[in-house]
Amino acid sequence: MSAVTERRTRGENDDSGTGGSGGSGGTGEIPAGQGRRLHPVTPWRRTWAPLAGLGAVAAQNVQNLDDWTSSLGLLRLALLLLALVLCAAGYGYLSWRVTRYLVTDTELRIRTGLLFRRSAHLRLDRIQAIDVSRPMLARLLGVAKLKMDVVGSSASDELAYLSEAEAVRLRAELLARAAGIAPEAATTAGEAPAHELYQVDTPTLIRSLALLGTGWGLLAVALGVTSLVWWGSDSIVAAVLAGLPLLAGAWQSSLGAFLTQYGWTVSESPDGLRLDHGLLQRDHATVPPGRVQAVRLVEPLLWRRRGWVRVELDVAGAGNEGGLLVPVATRQLAAALVGRILPDVDIPAALAAINPAPGRARWAFPVGRVGYGHGVTESVFVARHGRLRRVHELVPHAKVQSVRMTQGPWAQRLGLAHIHVDHGADGTASARLQDAGYVAAEVAAQAERSRVGRRAAAPERWLTG
Amino acid sequence: MDTRAENPAPAGAVSAAGDSWRPVAGALLRMRRLLLVGWLAPPTVALGVLLALLAGGPWTLFALVPAGAALWGWGALARNWRSWGYRERDDDLLIRRGVLWRQLTVVPYGRMQLVEVTSGPLERRFGLATLQLHTAAAATDATIPGLPPTEAERLRDRLTELGEARSAGL
Repeated sequence: MSAVTERRTRGENDDSGTGGSGGSGGTGEIPAGQGRRLHPVTPWRRTWAPLAGLGAVAAQNVQNLDDWTSSLGLLRLALLLLALVLCAAGYGYLSWRVTRYLVTDTELRIRTGLLFRRSAHLRLDRIQAIDVSRPMLARLLGVAKLKMDVVGSSASDELAYLSEAEAVRLRAELLARAAGIAPEAATTAGEAPAHELYQVDTPTLIRSLALLGTGWGLLAVALGVTSLVWWGSDSIVAAVLAGLPLLAGAWQSSLGAFLTQYGWTVSESPDGLRLDHGLLQRDHATVPPGRVQAVRLVEPLLWRRRGWVRVELDVAGAGNEGGLLVPVATRQLAAALVGRILPDVDIPAALAAINPAPGRARWAFPVGRVGYGHGVTESVFVARHGRLRRVHELVPHAKVQSVRMTQGPWAQRLGLAHIHVDHGADGTASARLQDAGYVAAEVAAQAERSRVGRRAAAPERWLTG
Repeated sequence: MDTRAENPAPAGAVSAAGDSWRPVAGALLRMRRLLLVGWLAPPTVALGVLLALLAGGPWTLFALVPAGAALWGWGALARNWRSWGYRERDDDLLIRRGVLWRQLTVVPYGRMQLVEVTSGPLERRFGLATLQLHTAAAATDATIPGLPPTEAERLRDRLTELGEARSAGL
């Protein structure tokens, strides 16, 4: 309904006397005549909603469609559609008129809402990341969305749409202000320069996605279910309905992944690693290095011979695109990229430090035991799991929030225990089924290491644009 | 079996201050036993009376099932109560618990975001309070039930103080 969400930040300086939602007048936040409007193309995106809704209704009642057109007449139907579109456009226009945003020294204020006025104040120092997103249609029109991740809010607030130049400029200004650059300089600071580190080339991406088991598996299941239902019920509609969700899943993990991961570029800039990706919808995100809590190296079965890995990140605050850093890269490249984020982590050494689970763990978990492992270097805790799809989880000692040791009755019989390390992005890295004595020693040592790691860790830096 | 849980941290990593496991208050065991009896005595009686009236004879013995469960729970609660313990070290707090499913949690003071002391009506009656530590990780499960209120407050103040002194960002 509105271009921005109605949530207010949990900032303490709730200086505007007017309540957030359903406020009366509410000009206190943004003085009249101040603040900027969104791009004039914004109202038109609202006209899509009724058309899409109508299309969905039509698609569901294909049989009735003929009756409707014959009873109403094509001309009247077209007029009805036009009226609907005009109504939507009118509403869109009015709501665009009342939507404004303003950047102050400490906040980004967004006011919106035609009937129910909403205002959101985003404190600049609470902004974790600002991403520019360009959906396909928006790209054709030269506009972009600005998404902001704020501490303590689950979803991201967004400004849609801005002209592309304005989006990039505003992003740079917000980041510069958040980083504490003088307000006069902030407006002209511009985006920090970036240089490209790595781009995933299309053949590699296609091959890596083709070698993923999940997409093919889902496709096979979808085809199997569809043909079974068809054979059983003789109704093509039922068969398609049954297969559709599975096909959607297959789409997600193959072609959908291709569309979002196309042209994946990682570049380095002073405010973090930049990620640009997408074929139809271009997304532009920044990973603030100090906020990365854990790194996951994922190696699906069929990638291992080629030495490919996918690198995923757990970032405090909010995730970007499922926390992907690189969809596919060679091990050396992945290690080099992780090195940019965690400079004192030596990936090959960390992977070499892994001790596999002891042989008697087979009585607890026969096949998967082979995948389990635990290792430690001076800078990072490593846990490995997964027999077919091998996953290495790396948590720098400085990011460890708490260490836990657990032991079930069966593991007690076998003299085994699990180590869990909790980190700040609400995740846990677990090294399972290690020798109990070893675990007891490791838990104590890990607490000690985390303490030392914290002291040694450089003060967190990000957004030093 | 208990020896490993008694001393999960090897010597060396531990300092002298506060270097011993402290148990939780005995009132916690009393409260839990009261709850157990409170939950299982009425079904025992009801089942016994109903079976005696409707079926009679040996069927009444089935009323012993909840009674047996209560008896087993009586001992299990004691074992569980004994397994609870916490230890304040120089830089972190250790909490251990569980008999069958054992867990040992280590929370560095610098990671604590919030220390919470709660006390329900029943807990207050038994002179108990529960201390809960929150870190930035939701998975951190650091709760100490059954502390005397004075001890809970002392611990809260000490942890807050140490947390400030050793605090670190995310």
